[in-house]
Amino acid sequence: MKIKIIVTLKSGVLDPQGKAIQQTLNGMGFLDVKDVRQGKYFDIETNETDEVKAKNKVDEMCKKLLANLVIEDYKIL
Amino acid sequence: MRSAVIIFPGSNCDRDMDVALTKYGFKNLMIWHNDATLPKCDLVVLPGGFSYGDYLRCGSIAGKSKIIKSVIDFANSGGLVLGICNGFQILTETGLLPGVLQRNKYLNFICRNIHVKINDKNNQYFKDIKKDVLEFHIAHNEGNYFCSEEELKIINNNNQIALTYCSSDGLEDNEYNPNGALKNIAGVFNKEKNVLGMMPHPERMIDKHLSGEDGSIFFENLMNNSK
Repeated sequence: MKIKIIVTLKSGVLDPQGKAIQQTLNGMGFLDVKDVRQGKYFDIETNETDEVKAKNKVDEMCKKLLANLVIEDYKIL
Repeated sequence: MRSAVIIFPGSNCDRDMDVALTKYGFKNLMIWHNDATLPKCDLVVLPGGFSYGDYLRCGSIAGKSKIIKSVIDFANSGGLVLGICNGFQILTETGLLPGVLQRNKYLNFICRNIHVKINDKNNQYFKDIKKDVLEFHIAHNEGNYFCSEEELKIINNNNQIALTYCSSDGLEDNEYNPNGALKNIAGVFNKEKNVLGMMPHPERMIDKHLSGEDGSIFFENLMNNSK
């Protein structure tokens, strides 16, 4: 089974990379772009077949490794 | 006084640290990250570098390596643990130190000398250092210290802010903040002050002809206070 995860910076946390992307987009003529936040995407393939169990395990993985909860939030899709 | 420097794949300041520790009298051992136990020692150093290529987040993979459990136990039993640069990032990832080191504010890799102010001398690392401002070297891409407002209050109240970026005469102005770090923070302690993480490299300042001597002051003092 494949599980997808998105990790994003918490709101209020400075994202210098997102800011640089936003300024570049503005400079390219995409003047409507107000803000960009950059995140991470994970595709995890597991041998677990029970979806609930698999997602519980992935939740633990997010808390322990994939996201740093001081600055990041995660979403299991 | 015995010390141990942990080598991770991608560490690149481990040998400089070995030279510095040995120069000031430590009996130092180099320990591979995949070892399960630490040798008997008084100080553990996590050196600078790019452990695991900075994959995922700086220090995150090293923070889960085999040796780290022993390092955490050693820290919790009161042993001195010092993390420099990437070592600091690893210590925040293990939870031994509060906060996190983010990408530098202006997205540039910074490699130059800076000055830091010693904010607290009531600990084994800075006790008896007469100077209040030290000149060290920094070389990092992710040194932008950040923590939540609540955490900042806690570390402030406990005097856990060890070092702050400043001018050569100790002015902690935004102008002297190289990377956007919250409150100019360059180094923090854990609550008990036996664990110290800092972005600057004292091991690069141990020769007056090559660089400077403020690193010598740091290591000499650490050696004397740990005897």
